[in-house]
Amino acid sequence: MAGTAGAAVAAARHDGMLGGPPQTFTGAVPWQEGAADAPPGVSGTDFIFFTSAERAFIEAAVDRLIPPDPVGPGAVEAGVPFFLDHQLAGQFGQGQHYFLAGPWSKGTPQQGYQSRFSPAQLYRAAIPAIEKYVAATFNGAAFSKLAAADQDKVLKGLESGAINLDGGVDSATFFAMLLQNTREGYLSDPIYGGNKDMAAWKMIGFPGAHYDYKEWVTRHGERVPYPPVGFKGRPGWTER
Amino acid sequence: MTVTLKPVDAVLVGFGWTGAIMGQQLCDEGLSVVALERGPWRDTAADFATGFAQDELRYMWRHHLFQNVSYDTLTIRNNTSQQALPMRHLGSFLLGTGVGSGGVHWNGQIWRFLPSDFLTKSHNQQRYGRNAVTDYDLTVQDWGVTYDELEPHYDTFDKLCGTSGKAGNLRGQIQPGGNPFEGPRSNEYPTPAMAQTYAPTLFGQAAASLGRHPFPHPTGNLSQPYVNPLGAQLGECTYCGFCEKFGCGNYSKASPQTTVLPYLMAKPNFTLKTECEVLKVELTADRKRATGVTYVDSAGQEYFQPAEMVILSAYILQNVRLLLLSGIGEPYDPSTGKGQVGRNYAYQTMSSVNVFFDDKILNPFIGAGALATVIDDFNGDNFDHSGLGFIGGAYVAGMVTGGRPIEMIYTPQGTPAWGLEWKHAAARNYLRSFSISVHGSCMSHRGNYLDLDPTYRDTFGRPMLRMTFDFTDNEHKMSDYLTDRAAEVAKAMNPREIKLNRRTGSWSVVPYQTTHNTGGAIMGDNPGNSVVNKYLQVWGVPNVFSMGAGAFPQNAGYNPTGTVAALTYHAAAAIKSQYLKAPGALVQA
Repeated sequence: MAGTAGAAVAAARHDGMLGGPPQTFTGAVPWQEGAADAPPGVSGTDFIFFTSAERAFIEAAVDRLIPPDPVGPGAVEAGVPFFLDHQLAGQFGQGQHYFLAGPWSKGTPQQGYQSRFSPAQLYRAAIPAIEKYVAATFNGAAFSKLAAADQDKVLKGLESGAINLDGGVDSATFFAMLLQNTREGYLSDPIYGGNKDMAAWKMIGFPGAHYDYKEWVTRHGERVPYPPVGFKGRPGWTER
Repeated sequence: MTVTLKPVDAVLVGFGWTGAIMGQQLCDEGLSVVALERGPWRDTAADFATGFAQDELRYMWRHHLFQNVSYDTLTIRNNTSQQALPMRHLGSFLLGTGVGSGGVHWNGQIWRFLPSDFLTKSHNQQRYGRNAVTDYDLTVQDWGVTYDELEPHYDTFDKLCGTSGKAGNLRGQIQPGGNPFEGPRSNEYPTPAMAQTYAPTLFGQAAASLGRHPFPHPTGNLSQPYVNPLGAQLGECTYCGFCEKFGCGNYSKASPQTTVLPYLMAKPNFTLKTECEVLKVELTADRKRATGVTYVDSAGQEYFQPAEMVILSAYILQNVRLLLLSGIGEPYDPSTGKGQVGRNYAYQTMSSVNVFFDDKILNPFIGAGALATVIDDFNGDNFDHSGLGFIGGAYVAGMVTGGRPIEMIYTPQGTPAWGLEWKHAAARNYLRSFSISVHGSCMSHRGNYLDLDPTYRDTFGRPMLRMTFDFTDNEHKMSDYLTDRAAEVAKAMNPREIKLNRRTGSWSVVPYQTTHNTGGAIMGDNPGNSVVNKYLQVWGVPNVFSMGAGAFPQNAGYNPTGTVAALTYHAAAAIKSQYLKAPGALVQA
């Protein structure tokens, strides 16, 4: 098996997913060509999950969570909305590593995530609920039209859980997921659609998926001069 | 319709470190061995290749190598007055699955417990009085096995892994540069200690200036190439900083894949079956003997695998659950204190101190899972606890496992979690900060235990495991005292500022702490205080052995894998030298 078929087999047999075929191994370490468990990156520029209204909210919100300025890119500039869109359209959005069966109770903060919603469902439910709150509080305005200070006020109200949302959404639960996912899009490998041009890595000084630092281990206090590199190389490399 | 398979000498339930070690030991004796692993096959070349291994999003945050809780998780609560609810997403601990399991995505921190750690009750009682071991409703006890009995087996595991380190106590002689508090070692480490980066070096200098005894963390991330006694070859670590939660693409981290499987998989008397979930251990009508295990594969076919011996070599939470589901032993009841299975569940008490410099570039991304300079001055009973109001301790480590930026951007006290201020703090501090880890013990307590959940069921229809756990006053006092000791070292490094991350309040499943769950199938010297004897053999069902940290009567201030492996070799030695000649109880009740 090779190429795409092999990759499909790999995707099925990895990750502890139900549906990987049972296998018996005996006599040697097995070898299967074309079955490397390479990560599924994203391509293109089209949004496939967010509606235009959702996208307007997300772009406004993540750019307050990580705003642009000369120090480094903002979340929108780094491609975080596109990253979120593709994450929510895929396995993460579907809650592939969440236990979502019932019965459901709110539980204590120590018991963690207790929503019935998958991440995609949570975003889908939360954004209109927030817009409803914003419209009621700010004379019918949409979140994206608010002044930055008012946007921050709303975000803080979500973060603390002080804002009560309709639609069965716990505001603090949603905010925690949005902030985490925003950081993920800002700082993960660019194959996932965020961290555009590895600018966030450049800002902090992380060299990325660099493989071997042996020669630098005992060069204490020296700045490692390598520019960041991702799984697909980096923009400075000449393309043939 | 259950299909009955051909009988085998031994069936292994789960195939991580303990399954691989036991499989190798038993196959070398000529036994026919079948291992049943509920996750997939995994190997370095296909699954952790260097071209894509360093992927923080996929492995750490999307749980690619971890147990998928969507179809099987456990329920959690802090105490019996609460309703236990499912752990719907991994957080506090990151359960493994698949071949190699947690042995694939561990850090490679290879510790031995202190000799006094095996005598938690008698030693502390003798030195500090009876109350020291019963205050706060602690239920600590001695292990029933001693450091001296385990030492040869610790040594075997070091040779298997090629552990890099510097001995501090060679056959009773204290060695400069090592841990002077450790128990006597029969041999130096197989490979020299790793070279230390800037932050651990500064930590060591500061600790020494305070009169502490810094030494390099013993590690399964190898400082040089190594060929182990099974002929498996490991490479020199490249300090890429992706050990914890990741597979190593460079064959530099000791794992079942890099140390045992090339040898074991070639054995004609060994068979591995993946995507096979063991549902229960089957017993004879008098419940004094196991006949084998029932399992179901991912195609939905159910099988009965008859076996002369059943080795529970899954993770502790699954081993304990299988004992409960199979009706082996008596479940623990916290209201009466009766029953043993599930009793003395414990964990690890973690805290940290972040250190921020202006004038020093630390390059935190140059890391390895066990790259650290450590002090052990305040672990176990290495210091006088008189008047402190707690037992136990922690190692304190200037550790840099890596600089994975989603997880490991440290920001000063008072920095908001988002906004320009956060971004500026990230940009300013990432290269100039690191974290001192305080790796604390966790004593056992009357109210902390494991049983079967009355409500929630997994995809196979079986009750989930229910975990009832909270940190006790003993743990909070210990952790506060140790965090203060870490802060002293941090201040002695003359940083711009530090931030203390104390372990406060009740245990929460949300933030990652550590995957060091212990107890529930504890070992001891008689069936009235334990589930297994010193050879991990279940009291009353002598052909069932329960491996792993479930056997710990309470948890010491170290990472568990070294002791888990030593206990496995210790059990294997008894099976080979005694049990196979005369199958039956190795210790008379």
